[in-house]
Amino acid sequence: MLSVERLVKRYPTGDAALRGVDLEVPAGQVMALIGPSGAGKSTLLRCVNRLVEPTAGRVRLEGEDLTALGAAALRRARRRMGMIFQEFALVERLSVMENVLSGRLGYVGFWRSWFRRFPPADVEEAFRLLDRVELAESCDKRADALSGGQRQRVGIARALLQNPRILLVDEPTASLDPKTSRQIMRLICELCRERGLAAIINMHDVALARLFVERVVGLRQGAIVYDGPPDGLTPEVLTTIYGAEDWSEARRRGGADEEEEEEPEVDEQRLAGLT
Amino acid sequence: MPVREVAGVRDWQRRARGRRLLGWLGWLGGTAVVVASWQAISAHTMWTFVWDAPVQGADLASRMFPPRWAYTARLWRPLWDTLNIATLGTLAALVPAVPVAFLAARNTTPSATLIRPAALLVIVSSRSINSLIWALLLVSVIGPGVLAGIVAIALRSIGFVAKLLYEAIEEIDRAPVEAVTATGAGRGQVVSYGIVPQVLPAFAGISVFRWDINIRESTVLGLVGAGGIGLELQASVNVLAWPQVTMIFLLVLATVIVSEWVSARVRHAII
Repeated sequence: MLSVERLVKRYPTGDAALRGVDLEVPAGQVMALIGPSGAGKSTLLRCVNRLVEPTAGRVRLEGEDLTALGAAALRRARRRMGMIFQEFALVERLSVMENVLSGRLGYVGFWRSWFRRFPPADVEEAFRLLDRVELAESCDKRADALSGGQRQRVGIARALLQNPRILLVDEPTASLDPKTSRQIMRLICELCRERGLAAIINMHDVALARLFVERVVGLRQGAIVYDGPPDGLTPEVLTTIYGAEDWSEARRRGGADEEEEEEPEVDEQRLAGLT
Repeated sequence: MPVREVAGVRDWQRRARGRRLLGWLGWLGGTAVVVASWQAISAHTMWTFVWDAPVQGADLASRMFPPRWAYTARLWRPLWDTLNIATLGTLAALVPAVPVAFLAARNTTPSATLIRPAALLVIVSSRSINSLIWALLLVSVIGPGVLAGIVAIALRSIGFVAKLLYEAIEEIDRAPVEAVTATGAGRGQVVSYGIVPQVLPAFAGISVFRWDINIRESTVLGLVGAGGIGLELQASVNVLAWPQVTMIFLLVLATVIVSEWVSARVRHAII
């Protein structure tokens, strides 16, 4: 459904962030993109919806070549790609409802959005999504009055209100505590399953990736060095992606989590282990 | 190199020796300039007048007191004019200042090579001319009166408001702008959802601050015939009616205190 072909991104400083990436994401697949800081994960996501202009290569969404689109067509194409951000990227001074409804900006005209006169069907859908992420009673609160986990749920509702075909998720849990991280990951994956959405999720936490995704792609210095199931992340593979390190902890923790998914003590153990 | 090694011990100093010497030379040169200037000014001053100043000052003060309280009745109307000049002038400035600010901010300007320099030129030319001088020009163009005062205040304020606003626009958080862009929003929608909410508190604060400044500036515009309480001030000074001058000063002081209080309250309420 999404296919990335020979994607290259070179920044004006001369740094090559992506060196010919090929990636195929079938409909409904939730995959994680892992790799060290600076490997090009964020750049890859942003090249897909062209928040960053790729230097060379193609990105196709449902057959349409996104890299060839003009400004208006690109805006229409972006409606089909929901994005979720590390620092939530909400408009702090707007209410939760306004933030969620901003997911419809690609569908409504300027003056309707300026006067906040969104079509009733959009408002209804926004309420349904807020119910789904358990924030309906907070809809009039200002976004900066929410906790980190709540803000990320607003970000998720905003992305889903676009009615996207794919979610581009940029380190959704990097600003959250371990327990909230899991809840957010679980929510994203459940919603993708419910709606048959594909998702590319950038993440740092290998153990968390193992828990939730069916496919892992490892990026190192702008090139894909691993593409396979999470079980294939052997210490050798992790060393290829991240460099030499003792990987037993990341692997063991992932394994333990899988067995005791619903046990709340696991979180406490993890927290204890972190201190 | 501020770090030296002396007998195996690393020594650190803030500046290297050459820089330190340069610093001392700078201070020496500065002191010499001050002394020379003082001598030049002293040579051109008639010191008999300066020695006489306390006596003259006391004489003027004795003629200024007590203020002529009854004169207040004739001041309410010009004071009302002054407040109107400040308020309408500020409002008239906000209308062009907002688009100019968006054209001047690096992250919102449509063209950094063509439009941004033009917007900056508008800002600089508005800021470089004092409102009293604007008023002087405008009185000769559109005639004496309140209108000249309003336009003078507006012309001076456009640059001030636009400059502070465009700096606020350049300092916004990029992340919400990126997020709104990613939804497929158009250019205007990105501005109205991603940027406007972020700069609204700054905009309100700047506007009230400028209104506060304009009240003070509009009290003197009458000196050149642009309406308001300054007209009365000039008339009183011309006929050496010092108790009336004192009364005007007191009234202006009270007005400025009230406007400071109002603007502080408004800014507090917004931020």
